[in-house]
Amino acid sequence: MSYIVMIITAIFVNNIVLAQFLGICPFLGVSKKVDTAGWMGMAVLFVMLIATLVTYPIYYGVLVPFELGYMQTIIYILVIAALVQMVEIILKKTMPSLYSALGVFLPLITTNCTILGVAINVISKEYNLGEAMVYSLATALGFTLAMVLFAGIREQTAITKTPKAMEGTPIALITAGLLAMAFMGFSGVDKGLAQAFGL
Amino acid sequence: MSKLGIIINGLIKENPTFVLLLGMCPTLGTTSSAINGMSMGLATMAVLICSNFVISCIKNLIPDKVHIPCYIVVIAGFVTVVQLLIKAYAPDVDAKLGLFIPLIVVNCVVLGRAESFAAKNGPVDSICDGVGIGLGFTVALTLIGLCRELLGAGTAFDLRLFPEQFGALTFVLAPGAFITLGFLVAIFNKVTKK
Repeated sequence: MSYIVMIITAIFVNNIVLAQFLGICPFLGVSKKVDTAGWMGMAVLFVMLIATLVTYPIYYGVLVPFELGYMQTIIYILVIAALVQMVEIILKKTMPSLYSALGVFLPLITTNCTILGVAINVISKEYNLGEAMVYSLATALGFTLAMVLFAGIREQTAITKTPKAMEGTPIALITAGLLAMAFMGFSGVDKGLAQAFGL
Repeated sequence: MSKLGIIINGLIKENPTFVLLLGMCPTLGTTSSAINGMSMGLATMAVLICSNFVISCIKNLIPDKVHIPCYIVVIAGFVTVVQLLIKAYAPDVDAKLGLFIPLIVVNCVVLGRAESFAAKNGPVDSICDGVGIGLGFTVALTLIGLCRELLGAGTAFDLRLFPEQFGALTFVLAPGAFITLGFLVAIFNKVTKK
């Protein structure tokens, strides 16, 4: 039951893009079409799960026993960068169809703060491995949801007339603000659910 | 270009927030008040100056194929230094900025300047560029923080200007971040591009 609350919280209440402000670059950069936005979301989902699965044991298996906790940032970014490269190579060899869909997005993901952010978050929130995986899955789903919704709205605003200074990014940012406002309607749902399940 | 020219270029013509639109995550995430925005800006500026200097010093030693991973390691090193310093000397800043300090590593402004400026210019020019871009980033973050704080809570740098009940709380919360930045970029566009 606590997993359900965690999933709902991560997707709707504490959405990674609209409430925590992580992954804004792809959110603004690759959200002009619904298709691309969806595939970017899938790519993030894929890398985020693998990254959490790899970095979690590294923290508790290597960094903690050797008292190197302060090296977390350096180690994580290196591991994630190497991991993305490896995923790219493996996908290219084994699943060419998936690679052709996700390929272009993979290099972008290295500098996507959602991956590093979630990897650091699951440590600072002291989750166990199961919770960490569920949390990263739900967070990535929340990211995909926000991307797809936002891309849908942007496809519409692209064909409307906007004041010259507002064209492009400014109007996109204001749209995102309205979307964030809509998502604020979910606040409190997590507490209500936790109460309903008696947690 | 003169040293002062480089600094002014970073501050206005290539302002990382309003013109290049880089490093959006901390720009939106840490600007709930002017002071928070400024501390984030200064932390990023410190990393930017140090990493620009070191990268421009060692640029000829790094093989071309692995230059990006090398730059990231240099940046991550300085981010860790800044993170530990903030934790030790300003714990309340650390509590407010939290996750966004380690995330300076993946801030595109820092890697972007390393790649586009420090890798091509000398150490002194690179420091000037770091100062200019860092100042541009800090000014932008402080400005966004100031607008949000003023509209949302009625204070500026924690100084009360009108009663809190008159403020629109939305501006301190998530939607206000997007909307404030959207309007500021639009105003910047209007003023600079005629």
